Amino acid sequence: MSTTVTWREIDLGGSVAGGTSEKYKTGNWRVEKPVIDYEKCVRCLICWLYCPEPAIIRNGNEVKIDYDYCKGCGICAEECPRKAITMVPEEI
Amino acid sequence: MSKTNPVSKISDLPEESKFRPGHRLCAGCGPAITAKLITLAVPEAIIVNATGCVEVGTTIYPYSAWKTPWVHVLFQNNAPVASGIAAALEKLSAEGRAKKLPVIALGGDGATFDIGLGAISGALERLDKIIYICYDNEAYMNTGIQRSGASILGSATTTSPAGRVIPGKQENKKDLIGIVASHHIPYAATATIWLWRDMVNKIRKAVNYSEQGPAFLHILAPCQFGWRYEPHLTVKISRMAVETRLFPIYEVEDGQLKINFRVSKPAPVEEYLKIQRRTRHLLESRNAETLQRLKAWIEWNWLRLENLEKAGKVF
Amino acid sequence: MMTEALARQHRIALTGNDAVAYAVKQANVDVISAYPITPQTFVVETLSRYVNDGELNAKFINVESEHSALSAVIGASLAGARAFTATASQGLAYMWEALYAASGLRLPIVMALAARALSAPINIHNDHSDFFGMRDAGWIMFNGEEAQETYDLTIMAFKIAEDPRVLLPVVVSYDGFIVSHAITNFYALNDDVVKEFLGVRTTGPRIDPDNPRTFGVLALQDSYFEFKRQQYEAMENSRQVIKEVFQKYEEISGRSYAPLKEYMTSDAETCIVAMGSTVGTARHAVKTLREAGEKAGVVGILQYRPWPVKEAEQLFSRFKRIIVMEKVMSPGARAGPVYEDIAATIYPKHSEVKIIDFTYGLGGRDISTRGIIEIYKKGKELIDKGKTDRVYFHGVRGE
Repeated sequence: MSTTVTWREIDLGGSVAGGTSEKYKTGNWRVEKPVIDYEKCVRCLICWLYCPEPAIIRNGNEVKIDYDYCKGCGICAEECPRKAITMVPEEI
Repeated sequence: MSKTNPVSKISDLPEESKFRPGHRLCAGCGPAITAKLITLAVPEAIIVNATGCVEVGTTIYPYSAWKTPWVHVLFQNNAPVASGIAAALEKLSAEGRAKKLPVIALGGDGATFDIGLGAISGALERLDKIIYICYDNEAYMNTGIQRSGASILGSATTTSPAGRVIPGKQENKKDLIGIVASHHIPYAATATIWLWRDMVNKIRKAVNYSEQGPAFLHILAPCQFGWRYEPHLTVKISRMAVETRLFPIYEVEDGQLKINFRVSKPAPVEEYLKIQRRTRHLLESRNAETLQRLKAWIEWNWLRLENLEKAGKVF
Repeated sequence: MMTEALARQHRIALTGNDAVAYAVKQANVDVISAYPITPQTFVVETLSRYVNDGELNAKFINVESEHSALSAVIGASLAGARAFTATASQGLAYMWEALYAASGLRLPIVMALAARALSAPINIHNDHSDFFGMRDAGWIMFNGEEAQETYDLTIMAFKIAEDPRVLLPVVVSYDGFIVSHAITNFYALNDDVVKEFLGVRTTGPRIDPDNPRTFGVLALQDSYFEFKRQQYEAMENSRQVIKEVFQKYEEISGRSYAPLKEYMTSDAETCIVAMGSTVGTARHAVKTLREAGEKAGVVGILQYRPWPVKEAEQLFSRFKRIIVMEKVMSPGARAGPVYEDIAATIYPKHSEVKIIDFTYGLGGRDISTRGIIEIYKKGKELIDKGKTDRVYFHGVRGE
């Protein structure tokens, strides 16, 4: 957190606004990244359903991986019924 | 609160979950999937989280993954804190001083099976209008994989290691739903993430029941870190736990037990045990006796549930 | 008492426990959760009766332990309710971790404590071991000497706790059995007067679905200290708020309160310091000592946390000798907690003042006027001989 926030400004009694974790990016945890082959994708939403982050953004039945948060666990690739997601090594 | 209806398709769920990314739970975390599915099942709810992985991993100041009211107080008191919130909201909403929302007490197996069980029993006995959800990852993962009352027979944890003399935990998993259902509450059920529809609909059912009294869910949430398997296998492991009959899926509604996922031909449990380093040692010949005991327990437990189902309203 | 103030109240005879329950009913609390324990039990029994008879529109949560009692009250308070609990002794000890959670979350909870000894060995009678055990938990701590003070403090406790400058839990302690079970006459404010004085709770942390917040974050090395420093400041702020509430309460009740209660102190050379029901007995002892020509006085502690630093310095620096009587034992310490607070307040600035510490009354061992006179004489003598380097015991066989 910011080291400029003093006790005078800090939130009351150990509380914080909900949903603020989005400001914390976890994408750099990844060693492999999932890549969706949209040709094979049948928009079943299984990957979206099981993503633990959630780092798969859904728009209707369309899905997109949000690499800002994806930790590269590979559940999406494992569970995809069409094998439309492959895990590729993260470039250095 | 309005009644919620069952969902049938994934697309029936809200597009965005109130469980937000940026949390610090492990890659491939089963409890994280559980938390997300809870908020997709019931977007408008107050979550009272016991101390544990989900609590510490999602609310490191100044960040919180919860876009819904969320509270943590202590380890063993999520049930009574939830009871207090539910009671207060009932009183204040009747006076137009607050909005009533479902109150979900969320806790791991440490909080639920062990340290908080007395307090949970109190809330259930009082018929407090709360939903209790246990995400069970079968050991104290937050402190680094110590044995809990939920750890399965033979599993290696840091306080029940697979030693040369004693091959892991020597006791069976506690019958949580048996204890809970014996309070004769309106609804109690098991679920796991693989069977997402069953799980989501049970959560929604629990919310509906919570207007009458407590509803309880025991959700198996595999932990790649503590069970020591490859992170991408979390959902698969959840599936195998069901298909081996190690984790039966059932509910107790109005005193009647019902098996919701009938496993007619159980998969060999060895397949399940061998892909996890917490249980792989059970396949060594010197640990055959423990393996045999585990298999006997699985068989007995399934038969027990079938008998309870046939027996009628026994809870 | 002024006629005007009298018109706002009525005379009533109740036990200390029932006086607390009566105040809680008048405060219109929204949620009560408590677990029975001697000598507090009558508080929860009476409150349950008020709720079940429809005299108090509150939710009463019959929990299975004190740990859950304070937990349920914490939940209710987070939901915006005015919430109350009561306990004693082991019950308070069992609440221990939740005490810190209540103050750390900045919840304006009020708790009544019928002070009782702690096990082992088990004992149900009065001393102040439980009360002092929660010293550093971040609660505002009051001690009522009898039913009147206890009743008044309970009502004022809600006002102080809920003040936006404070938002801290408050405990009102009173001696088990001696106060909790003794029926006395006192003045109670009329219901409408209390209602106007307190209103409904509108301040403090609150669950709001339209503005979802996370309460009880994991605060690590980079934020925990700031949260605790903020909490410390709230306790400091409470000094002024308590003063204002005492003032406002005097305006409506005609009863005047101060953190330290003085009796014959104006020209006193030797002062007895006590807390709780002993203060009344000490006044009687001092009256007797005065008749024998002793320049004796009494200071009773009403407000223990925040410790009234300025008032204490001003007052205690005036005496030659201070004899502290404590119904609590702090094994291995230089002295008991009250001695240490007084010493820390006046030393080294007023090093001419000498203090001595007596432990007495543990487990309900009776203290009489004669006993206090003995302590006074012995204390005075020991101070004059310079033998103040240890804690003395009064009333224990073999000393």
